[in-house]
Amino acid sequence: MLGNEGIAHACLEANIDFASGYPGTPSSEVIDTLRVQQERRLYVEWSVNEKVAFENALAAAWCGLRALVTMKHVGLNVAADPLMTSAYTGVTGGFVILAADDPFAHSSQNEQDSRRYAHFARIPCLDPASVQEAHDMIAGAFSLSEEVGLPVMVRPTTRICHSKSDVALGPAGTEHREGQFHRDPKQYVVIPAHTRVLHTKLNAKQRDLAVRLVELGFNTADVRGKIAVIASGIAAAYVSEVIPEDVSVATIGAYPIDEEWLAAFVRQHDAVVVVEELDPVVEEVVRQVAGDIPVSGKKNGYAPREGELNPAAVAGILARAGVLAESGFPAPEPVPDLPPRPPILCAGCMHRAAFYAIKKAFPDAVYPSDIGCYTLGLQLGVVDTTICMGASITVASGIAHSGEPRDVVCTIGDSTFLHTGIQGLMNAVYNGATMTVVILDNRITAMTGHQPNPTTGQTACGVESVPVSLDAICRACGVSFVETVDPYDLTATIECLKVARGTAGVKVVIAKQPCVISARRAGVKRKAFAVDADACTGCRACVRFGCPAIEFADEKAYITDLCAGCGVCAEICPAGAISVEVKQ
Amino acid sequence: MTGSFDILIVGVGGQGTILASNVLGEACLIEGRHVAGAETHGMAQRGGSVESHIRIDAAGGPLISPGTADLLIAFDLLEALRYRHFLAPGGVMVAAEQIIVPTPVFQQKLAIPTPEAIIERLGGIELCRVDAAALAVEAGSILAQNIVMLGAASGFMPLAAGSLIKAVMRCVPPKTVAINVAAFEKGMDAGEACRTA
Repeated sequence: MLGNEGIAHACLEANIDFASGYPGTPSSEVIDTLRVQQERRLYVEWSVNEKVAFENALAAAWCGLRALVTMKHVGLNVAADPLMTSAYTGVTGGFVILAADDPFAHSSQNEQDSRRYAHFARIPCLDPASVQEAHDMIAGAFSLSEEVGLPVMVRPTTRICHSKSDVALGPAGTEHREGQFHRDPKQYVVIPAHTRVLHTKLNAKQRDLAVRLVELGFNTADVRGKIAVIASGIAAAYVSEVIPEDVSVATIGAYPIDEEWLAAFVRQHDAVVVVEELDPVVEEVVRQVAGDIPVSGKKNGYAPREGELNPAAVAGILARAGVLAESGFPAPEPVPDLPPRPPILCAGCMHRAAFYAIKKAFPDAVYPSDIGCYTLGLQLGVVDTTICMGASITVASGIAHSGEPRDVVCTIGDSTFLHTGIQGLMNAVYNGATMTVVILDNRITAMTGHQPNPTTGQTACGVESVPVSLDAICRACGVSFVETVDPYDLTATIECLKVARGTAGVKVVIAKQPCVISARRAGVKRKAFAVDADACTGCRACVRFGCPAIEFADEKAYITDLCAGCGVCAEICPAGAISVEVKQ
Repeated sequence: MTGSFDILIVGVGGQGTILASNVLGEACLIEGRHVAGAETHGMAQRGGSVESHIRIDAAGGPLISPGTADLLIAFDLLEALRYRHFLAPGGVMVAAEQIIVPTPVFQQKLAIPTPEAIIERLGGIELCRVDAAALAVEAGSILAQNIVMLGAASGFMPLAAGSLIKAVMRCVPPKTVAINVAAFEKGMDAGEACRTA
């Protein structure tokens, strides 16, 4: 099963009562598994952002429940505010924070290392080396959280979350708890007089905590020779594939590391190599305790600080450090000069139509954008900036106030707008920016796997809910120009955007059309379109539109069976050569 | 390096590489063998180049290093070339005949690679070419190309055909079991023809 499914099942085994999260690759399938499973009754929600998810789960843990909150690594930035102080307040029920890291940024805007956050907040962090270990750590994480009264972070990486493996599972737990809040202002009201005491208590826990993580078997050491390799997380699995039998190995599966235990291990060796992905978190501790013993790793350039490792990369590190005579892996080069195959918006995707209309109505503008499938609008030349969730609107207003003479038109998805877009819109109106916001409203959080959100009309568990009105939210923020258009109706969309362009202040255009994938799943069928080869002039206007269903050969365009029937290309074609396909 | 049998499946997002790797994983479970794998989720699925790693009897991590795959199954000939360097010396490649031309090729007027040119650039490897689209249509659905390819590759992997067929039946949507089993068998025949040629 998928690593995330293994983690979700482990939560059921551990008698979980409450789960919340915001979708983010590679973490999303944990909640997606919990929300559809039938093995155990529990409360599950997709929250509107990670801070909201975190605080909901924290409160449940304050009421004595076993609670889980999930997010991707950058989501932890959004939840960092409650994270830092939740370490002070502590918890009564077990509280597990699943923050999934993405070395190599397979589907992320950066490669930040969540172990740093755990260290910053002074909470324990578990770092599994395999899918089985990720599963097995969950039960330990909940009980550790209750034992030490702290939130516990579990930090799998992409190659755990999206790994598949056989996993030994246990039965779903049958214990259920009802939450009860016990008033205790000294713990839960962090006024200065209380928080100073809580900070002292938090610091006092650290020494015992580090020792306890060794006792619990999360950090292990095996002395086998005079040279040692110390590895953490999934790097430990790669090390196990290549390490010689006469080389010692220590595996770090949990932080904080007990420095006395580590020093005792390191001092039995003549040289030490540290292998870990991303930041030199383990290496820094090893260097602190190593004294004169030489330490290799990232700081002497043997191991990379970025990207992900694999067995060949680990063998290379060990060879540079002299642990292996040579890496033993071939180093074949990829075949050069192949046409690229980047991810691309689907055939029939509403975003492509909306971007096309934006480009027509605002041919020379600055186009800040945001995080979602529509970031792929980069390929259409309509995405100039992407930094983090919600930053399209704020970057747009900043550019507009900077004196930049061109129009500013930003794009943001429905889920991202609800996540952290609203505050930026309110701020832009309040401070008198002149700009256009296009909300790409496909009624779903598509990129991460079609999770429902407050625009969808149902909750994570399929219970009907009142869809929020984006129009009403925008008007409540003070926007007077709010128009909703169907992006498949290209003419009307371009016309609406042109009116917005000529209007002062902050304008919002809501381009609304369901995600083409969810529409297909819901049974929406549209007739495919075809090119009349006789009428086609070979002008390539439709090809530049960039739809994967449109191909070009022998100076003519043609439409493949990928066509979803949106019909936008028919509006684009200057020769009128595209129309609904007539089956012979 | 660990005695595992390493299979890399490559293709284009949407072609069913994840389902194919699920079938291989299920077959390993049926045979009681340890399996580890890694795959592409998220944005790269949107028509991009995708890869699934499957390591049978693996003792370490889920990733196959370049130059060490025992078997490479390509659902698209262009992707076969893109991942060719993962193949170990002496490894086998099973590749579909067809090419989905990447959309940027049309947008940027790049040269469209021909199958002949790709096969020449693949170099001297043991290559089994399969007309997956035609065989899938014969079996009853163009969507069954991924299962055709698994059938074609089945003779080159250390898993019993019976386990794989049972795994196909467990992994595909219930209404499509008959079509997919037929697709697997047609693929098997094509693979058999490669091995006896």
